[in-house]
Amino acid sequence: MTNTTINTNQFDSVKNAWCPGCGNHGILAALKQALAELKLEPHEVLVTSGIGQAAKTPQYIRTNGFNGLHGRAVPPALGAQIANKDLKICITSGDGDTFGEGGNHVLHNMRRNIDVAHFVHDNQIYGLTKGQASPTTYPGHVTSVQTEGVINQPLNPIAFAIVTGATFVARTFSGDREHLVPIMKAAIQHKGYAIVDIMQPCVIFNKENTYQWYRENLYHLPEDHDPTNKIAALTRAFEYEEGKGIPMGIFYQVEKPTFIDNIPKLRDGKPLVDLELNPQKAERFLQEFL
Amino acid sequence: MKKYNLLIGGSAGQGMDTLAHNIEKLLQRSGYHLFSNKDYESRVRGGHNFTQIRFGTEVVTSHSNDLDLIIALNTETIEVHKERLLEVGTILCDETILSSEKGVISLPIVKSAREAGDAKTQTIVAFGIFVKLFDLDLDLAKKVIASTLKPEILSMNEKALDLGYSLIDKSFEIEKPESVIRMMINGNQAIGLGALAGGVTFYAAYPMTPSTSIMTYLASKQAESDVVVEQAEDEIAAINMALGASYAGIRAMTGTSGGGFSLMTETLGLSGIAELPLVIVNVQRPGPATGLPTRTEQSDLSFILTASHGEIPRMVLAVRNVEDAFYQTTRALNIADKYQIPVIILNDQYLADANQTIKPFDLSKVTIERNLTTLDADTDEIYNRYQFTENGISPRIIPGKVKGQVVLIDSDEHDQSGHIIEDAETRIKMMQKRMNKLEMLKEILMEPSYFGVEKPEILLVGWGSTEGNLKEAVEELIKNGKQVGALVFGDIYPLPTKLLEQYLGIASTVINVEQNYTGQLAKLIRQETGIKMDKSLLKYDGRQIAPHEIVDFVGREVR
Repeated sequence: MTNTTINTNQFDSVKNAWCPGCGNHGILAALKQALAELKLEPHEVLVTSGIGQAAKTPQYIRTNGFNGLHGRAVPPALGAQIANKDLKICITSGDGDTFGEGGNHVLHNMRRNIDVAHFVHDNQIYGLTKGQASPTTYPGHVTSVQTEGVINQPLNPIAFAIVTGATFVARTFSGDREHLVPIMKAAIQHKGYAIVDIMQPCVIFNKENTYQWYRENLYHLPEDHDPTNKIAALTRAFEYEEGKGIPMGIFYQVEKPTFIDNIPKLRDGKPLVDLELNPQKAERFLQEFL
Repeated sequence: MKKYNLLIGGSAGQGMDTLAHNIEKLLQRSGYHLFSNKDYESRVRGGHNFTQIRFGTEVVTSHSNDLDLIIALNTETIEVHKERLLEVGTILCDETILSSEKGVISLPIVKSAREAGDAKTQTIVAFGIFVKLFDLDLDLAKKVIASTLKPEILSMNEKALDLGYSLIDKSFEIEKPESVIRMMINGNQAIGLGALAGGVTFYAAYPMTPSTSIMTYLASKQAESDVVVEQAEDEIAAINMALGASYAGIRAMTGTSGGGFSLMTETLGLSGIAELPLVIVNVQRPGPATGLPTRTEQSDLSFILTASHGEIPRMVLAVRNVEDAFYQTTRALNIADKYQIPVIILNDQYLADANQTIKPFDLSKVTIERNLTTLDADTDEIYNRYQFTENGISPRIIPGKVKGQVVLIDSDEHDQSGHIIEDAETRIKMMQKRMNKLEMLKEILMEPSYFGVEKPEILLVGWGSTEGNLKEAVEELIKNGKQVGALVFGDIYPLPTKLLEQYLGIASTVINVEQNYTGQLAKLIRQETGIKMDKSLLKYDGRQIAPHEIVDFVGREVR
């Protein structure tokens, strides 16, 4: 399966501090493989994240990394893209970081259709803070805080992304490398906001959504699923909460102008970071005040 | 020399801004010095708003409460401001406004506007009246209106101007100025222009009065300049976008008012620990919470000094006038890049909206010092973002620009490579590396400006936008025979102390003059030097202190 000519070692970084058996291991390995198979080099890639176990990914992969604040993985990605459109940007953050603390930024950057591959390590629980409910935890799930079980409706990442304006919406599973790597590659290659909801067991704090549970409930979208059909995609997106199993694959993918495409000077010009700065350029603006 | 003070008042939506702009532009191009400030309510239509324009043949640095002329677009303007009219003052209004106040001249302004072709030209009629009152150049006035109007409505407006001009005779004696080219700009525009001159190519912000005009100014220049402006979904996004852009190698800036700054504070800390340069403008308004959204105050200083949990190196500077607003913005950008720190520029509503005529900015004085470095592509060396160096500042490369090298920044405490650490030894070294920047900053501080006698008995101490008010108050006090001087801080943190200590050795009474309740600069001075103020003049009603208020205070309190 693994292409023997590719070099994933170039992405190796320090030893990670994740728990044995954590779904993050599979995602990290798949990300390295996806980048390598796409012939990307470490300096060409920027990985941004917020805070959480998933958000430590920039620490454990040798690319450019911006490990910022909880919930704030996305706005620095946009800022970096405006500064240097040549950077290939991935966002790696958990379900809490993405949809809890950071929900507002995810929403508005999907509207902007910024060109990023956002990998949500969705273990349906808060891992770093030891086991509280996340926005994607299902009702009834008992935690140290939700002592009588979760009472709120879970956020539906797939439906949310489709409705909000993401142009690539997919789900995959950390325990299925053969599915994970191609989906990650497709997300990285997609021009626009690509979000991948990666189902990922938390072996310590989530005793409900285990490897076995995911294997029993996940199934592949049928081959005749049309990812350009928004309504069909949405229909599939609701299957999980309707108890029909958890579909994985590419739900939705359309081509739309990205944020950069919509600003002609960014689209057609050099990256801002390559522009020559000169105070004299302001002379014409100074004249307007005379 | 006589300075004239004009007030234009009306409700929002009546065209007051157009009238004020035309008058200011004409005065500027005629060669007069002027200072104008705006007082407006937080509403789009209605209410009572006014602009005050002070002008003359000498430099004007402050508003004043004494009025020579009121142009009243409604009755309320007369009611609110008549007490401030000088004995010989004039109130101009439309004939439909019935008022028995002394000095009122009612003229057929609206009728003339209709005659010109549209009642909406009434502010142009009023402009024509003003031109005649001060015997200004009617042709120049036509050029002024032509520069803002669409060609198809120009002749109608010229007719309105002529009609206004013919409604009255010249009645104010004013010296003819020398013909000198000056620029006219307000505080926020000067910050925006400073950003453009200083090489800012990305500005992210969320609209918040009174900071929004920096964003709208820069947005209006996007097509003709390199700058990109993005309206963020909130202030947290704005500062994080700017920080991401800074990380990726460009000069980025954000701006807000106190409420938005409150939201930005966690990321301010990130800028500090991640050692990412960032310039943040806080255009202050009275808080807390929503406070008085359209008014002025200097009450965010104490907050800004310690904003963010934990400890970071930061520089705080306050702009004192529009010239300062421009040059300090360009300097702040260089300081942020050199020391890889956040630099906070404090402005406030008063200066943000105050137009001032000044010598045109000298772009040859502006430098752009990025302090970036690079590495050979084939080097065996591995780049470490937080490499320990003698002075603590690590070489900075642009991510993606050096093959084989990566740039890792982290909000966790980290080692030289940016990787998370837990050990005490590295923590101590990293804290010392960052906090040492404060010591380095002390070497580049600009001392406060000083106005007054060489050996003052009374020393006034202020900061930021009150400079112009203090300057005029000092001039007045000296005329009254007082041995007085004023120190006005621009660089505030780290606190420059040389001049302060020098004048404290001379003066017997030291008074802090601030637009806040708690005397925030006085607290900082006491914290940093142990020096305690003798008296405080504090104002927190949302209105800028006028020179005569300072003069009266000194007269009353220091005998």
